[in-house]
Amino acid sequence: MTEPAVRICDLRFAWPGQAAACLDIAEFTVARGESVFVHGESGSGKSTLLALLGGVLVPQAGSVNVLGTELTRLSAGSRDRFRVDHTGFIFQQFNLIPYLSMQDNVLLPCRFSERRRQRALQRSATLADEARRLLAELDLDPSLWRRPVTQLSVGQQQRVAAARALIGEPELVIADEPTSALDAARQAAFLDLLARECAQAGATLIFVSHDSRLASHCSRAVALADLQRAAAPA
Amino acid sequence: MRTLLALALRSAWNRRLTLGLTLAAVALSSLLLLGVERLRADLRASFATSVSGVDLIVGARGSPVALMLYSVFRMGEVTQNVSWASAQWLAQHPAVAWTVPVSLGDSHRGYPVLGTTTAYFDHFRYGDRRALALAEGRRFDELYEAVLGAEVAARLGYRLGQRITLAHGSGEGPGMEHGDKPFTVVGILARTGTPVDRSVHISLESMEALHLDWAGGAPIPGLSIPPALARKFDLTPKAVTAVFVGLESRAAVFGVQREVNAHRDEALMGVLPGVALDELWQLVAVAERYARLVSMLVVAVGLTGLVAVVLAGLNERRRELAILRSVGARPRDVFALLALEGGAVAALGALAGALLVAVLVLLLAPWLQAHYGLTLSGGAPSAQQWRLLAGIIGVGVLASLIPGWRAYRLSLADGMTPRL
Repeated sequence: MTEPAVRICDLRFAWPGQAAACLDIAEFTVARGESVFVHGESGSGKSTLLALLGGVLVPQAGSVNVLGTELTRLSAGSRDRFRVDHTGFIFQQFNLIPYLSMQDNVLLPCRFSERRRQRALQRSATLADEARRLLAELDLDPSLWRRPVTQLSVGQQQRVAAARALIGEPELVIADEPTSALDAARQAAFLDLLARECAQAGATLIFVSHDSRLASHCSRAVALADLQRAAAPA
Repeated sequence: MRTLLALALRSAWNRRLTLGLTLAAVALSSLLLLGVERLRADLRASFATSVSGVDLIVGARGSPVALMLYSVFRMGEVTQNVSWASAQWLAQHPAVAWTVPVSLGDSHRGYPVLGTTTAYFDHFRYGDRRALALAEGRRFDELYEAVLGAEVAARLGYRLGQRITLAHGSGEGPGMEHGDKPFTVVGILARTGTPVDRSVHISLESMEALHLDWAGGAPIPGLSIPPALARKFDLTPKAVTAVFVGLESRAAVFGVQREVNAHRDEALMGVLPGVALDELWQLVAVAERYARLVSMLVVAVGLTGLVAVVLAGLNERRRELAILRSVGARPRDVFALLALEGGAVAALGALAGALLVAVLVLLLAPWLQAHYGLTLSGGAPSAQQWRLLAGIIGVGVLASLIPGWRAYRLSLADGMTPRL
């Protein structure tokens, strides 16, 4: 448990066909259990950073170390497995698969990851129980559970997505502008809830947004522009 | 894999209307291709089994195919006859074992009337050299007696002893009935699955008696010969439509054919049924090739539509695929998801098409049997039909690799955040 949750060193990433590096980071470390706010304007490479942390992309140079595992040394398939085993994701909006029930949406990581399934079963007797426990924890009323997910409000959808990110207790939760479709009051409520749940589960939270007012919900805030070694994009 | 299958099913169910219509398109196009093949094979088999054991069909010189179609399948028409003298010459030819003269032209309620001799029941063969058998009653013996094919009796509900009226020609138009000389049903043949089933058989003498007071295809005005009086006339036929010939030795067939073709008294023609059938197939083959080409094109259209629908759906599903990637789906899972969908729709469509063919054959068979005396085999598909079915499924699965591949590329490029 001594390794940090995330440690990026001398990372350089450029999109194919582009000369200028999109990301050029000397060092970025997130300790375990921390909740870090990463501030970045649109187009600053936020999503690219998250894709690198998720192992969807690999940098041209440097190291991406998540929970002591060097992602750049894993095969594509191993990175896919590592991602679902250890990381939960929440996106901007349309986080849910429309044709799956609320419960099946929450349980998706357990379908792809044996580790997440086992860990979910350690907390509750059945997977369904664990999904319901999390949904209740995230203030989703049982009366909503049977409703098609497309009929939920955006706020409700984001809470279902949070339950999905948290199920099976991944060590890392990454949220990419999860509140941008919510109004200010709901933004604050959602972030508090998310931070609290992550803390309770002992998960490290990396929260990325262009809205620096939300930084107060996290224990630490950094600006992506400050991490960049290269000049910030014009 | 079970996860993927479940996801593919749920996703497909979510888009059941579009996919259902696509499946229907694939099914209908498969129906066309498989149906054409089925019909082709079955009709060939049916034609081939309609006559066997006849070495030579002799008729007036003309088209061999037309003569065979008319004398065996009662299709089309032959206007020139063979004189009775020539028929007698054939019957007495040393190489000839037996002859069956046949005379066509009249009808009963749409069913052709065949004038012949009782030798017909002895020598005519169908299928695997099977002889005709009576289901009920006996052969014709006297004037004005008729033996019905199984289909005629079944369709019209006729029993032994029933009185029926024959009509001149196809029986259309007023005054064309031989109403003055009714026939009695004395026998009903067992079913053969050939044009025999839809024929009414009478003796050549009866045929002659019917036409004593006719000339040039119409009753002679003012002349009416009552049935009983007809017996006083010489009822030897003057001519017949064709003569079926059986030889003492099949080896002599070409020699006899040459003799027939060179007959001095009359322009005759000897036709080998097998050769005439081959000639017919050569004529039909062109049409068959086009029918198959067109139905293959239709299948291609159906499968193209399928790929287009899956590809179009892919754009709407990029979100969904990105979410799946974020929860651990590999790019090859995404590939499998899309390829599985297309492949499954193609396979189900093709199988549904095959099923439709079977159902249509069941529904259509009685009608074809009743109207043309042709038999569709209700049995299992032939090897060629299985190959076509496998071909459709194979091409469909291959074509589905296209959306699969595109999804794979997209999910590599999109990662977890689709750039829409």
